[in-house]
Amino acid sequence: MTPMIALLTLPLLAALATIALPRRARAAAAGIGAGATLLAAIWVAVVVWRTGPMDLMLGGWQPPVGIGLRADGLSVALGVMTALVMSAAVLAARFEHATTGPGPRIAFGIWPLILLLWAALNAVFVSRDLFNLYVGLELISLSAVALVAISGKAQAVAAGLRYLLFALTGSLLYLAGVVLTYSAHGMLDIDLLAARTPVPTDALALGLMTAGLLAKTALFPFHVWLPPAHAAAPAPASALLSALVPKASLLILVRLWFEAMPDMATAASLLTLGGLGALAVVWGGVLALVQARLKLIVAYSTVAQLGYVFLAFPLAGGAGAAQPWSAGAWTGAMFQILSHGLAKASMFLTAGIFIAAVGSDRLGDLRGLARALPMTGFAFALSAITLMGLPPSGGFTAKYLMMTSAFAADQRGWAAVLVGGGLLAAAYLYRPMAALFSADIPAAPRAVPRRWQAVPLWLAALAVGLGLMSAAPFDLLQIGRPDIAAEGL
Amino acid sequence: MSAALDIALCALILGVGLATVVGRGVFRAVIFFITYGLLLAIGWARLGAIDVALAEAAISAGLTGALLLAAQGRLRTMKTEAEPPARARLPAALAGLSVACVLGWAWFALPVDQAPDLSQVLPESGVGNPVTAVLLNFRAWDTLLESVVLLTALVGVWMLAQDADWDAALGPRFHARPNGVLANFGRILPPIGLIFGVYLVWAGADDTGGAFQGGTVLAAVILLAMMAGALQPPSVAHPVWRVGLVLGPLVFVLAGIAGALLSDGFLTLPLTIAKPAILTIEAALSLSIAATLALLVIGPPDDQGQDA
Repeated sequence: MTPMIALLTLPLLAALATIALPRRARAAAAGIGAGATLLAAIWVAVVVWRTGPMDLMLGGWQPPVGIGLRADGLSVALGVMTALVMSAAVLAARFEHATTGPGPRIAFGIWPLILLLWAALNAVFVSRDLFNLYVGLELISLSAVALVAISGKAQAVAAGLRYLLFALTGSLLYLAGVVLTYSAHGMLDIDLLAARTPVPTDALALGLMTAGLLAKTALFPFHVWLPPAHAAAPAPASALLSALVPKASLLILVRLWFEAMPDMATAASLLTLGGLGALAVVWGGVLALVQARLKLIVAYSTVAQLGYVFLAFPLAGGAGAAQPWSAGAWTGAMFQILSHGLAKASMFLTAGIFIAAVGSDRLGDLRGLARALPMTGFAFALSAITLMGLPPSGGFTAKYLMMTSAFAADQRGWAAVLVGGGLLAAAYLYRPMAALFSADIPAAPRAVPRRWQAVPLWLAALAVGLGLMSAAPFDLLQIGRPDIAAEGL
Repeated sequence: MSAALDIALCALILGVGLATVVGRGVFRAVIFFITYGLLLAIGWARLGAIDVALAEAAISAGLTGALLLAAQGRLRTMKTEAEPPARARLPAALAGLSVACVLGWAWFALPVDQAPDLSQVLPESGVGNPVTAVLLNFRAWDTLLESVVLLTALVGVWMLAQDADWDAALGPRFHARPNGVLANFGRILPPIGLIFGVYLVWAGADDTGGAFQGGTVLAAVILLAMMAGALQPPSVAHPVWRVGLVLGPLVFVLAGIAGALLSDGFLTLPLTIAKPAILTIEAALSLSIAATLALLVIGPPDDQGQDA
């Protein structure tokens, strides 16, 4: 219990400290808070790894009266990935501020917003209560919208407002579904709902919740808010927005369909979810291909990469016994969430370094920059390998697991999406790579400290390491995994 | 008689709701929205949900109305009061109508309400008002996160300031004519509001009321005192205000941790000290909610000296 309490309260306390403390103590408080929360996330993961899922009944009240929390393998894997990305973003923000000297407004706001976002993500990762998840989502959306708008530029504020409208619509739809569920069953706990007596309104409730969560996850065709929002934020904030924020609503979707109401799945609904995912892979990839700015390419790539996860809905469990690994598609999708998080954060942080060096992220201005910033160029290439799904990266493991499930279940159409998406990713990442590694000599880029350049390199290396040492994360994800993930929806 | 009243009330709620979303003009829509909130509050009161009615009147009609009016005022001074594009209206109306229709169907399809029976556990919560027991004890984690949501919204609003204005006082400058109506009300109403707000927090333990409702009334007191010139809006640098903003969530988190260290677990309140503990948390929360809501309404630091 103690490590879970630390994971939930440390980022909150640090956020409150960064608001209340005087100016000179804020960055230090944020750094200490980030370090302590990183340790807490690892601590929870170690305990879950050794002893299995950990429950926490808040206030000593059992559901349906109280709120139950549980850290399972999926929660702690997301918790550790989040902690690594958050710590990297905090470091990168400190280095960026040391170089550029942000205005007093950003210097005040960035720390509480990052830490509040972190606290909300941790709360969502372990919550088993549908309404508590709603409150967590609201906290995530509000801090994320503020991070989009924080640069103060007109286009950033406009992108933030558009994001806010989508996020609030999503919240309302989700909340309507929660209210219907509660009035039909008188409970909100995921495990209690799994054992409920189904009623006719359940399909509507699940449909409303799913629609709301899809808007927040930016699945095609609800993706239009994402690219301008993620591209407009400062690079460390973009890293959090793209790598972490959509994963919270995605996790709730997975928990709803695989844990709370697996009995509601129909062939048509699974085909719809998988089909929208496939369209996201294609459409996000095509739009990434035609962008002229690095941050927009990386942002459209998020639309495509999130699409893969939805293939798990139709693929999960297909042809059970014929599968080489149980729950291969489900585990593959979770691998995709983890490796995309690390690689995408790394890519946005490298974009921040390029912008610090040449003051622009237009592909034409980045030509030959890998020669001046070899560490950052290498980090970009490593994270590109993960996003393309090439071996030995975590992205490869993810696609390999989903691909084998698709073949075992003889659903070759989804396999074609996986292959096609990989080819599109190779195409849209080739353009920035070709620019960075071209033989041109860049016009005197500003020097960027090596320790700043090391931050995205670490993240990219971890994304590759997720594939190199895939056995440990694979086993971690199986702790407390729902049976439906192996049997299929 | 009461049936006639209810039917008239329902018709008014629907009519005013419709008037809010159709037609032109932001100011018009805001005024109808405030009316709509007040009518809904009466509706809740008719249903016997007095706590919800109070929250609806204070937060939805009162506070949200004030926020919308402030936003409309800013749009007017910037001369950018744009109408939403006409092509968005039909899809928005259809989407709204279809959600309303399926929810209307659900009303008939739903089984009888299945809310969990709290009568067994209520005596163990330390308070007599079931709403307060849910908010501060059974589901305290929700309430703790909600108080942090308010704080996040305020930090987000501050991020909309101009960098050059950051050290200025928050919000627009208010000018009240000395001995004018506003200045006089600014002297008379705050003491009354103060007593009413504190009473709502205190009574919330066993009767109607609570930290959010009381905090909203206190926020109104702060706003009135600021508009009447009796209280100067602070700047972000003001340490007392910043501590006031975080006090409620901080006391709440620390109380939760104390439950883990001294009692059975995180956010656990032993019955012997449950009531004083809940009142302490609510008092701190009310202060922070009042400060946060008041600062949300007056807005980010603004050096333009725009008149409100």
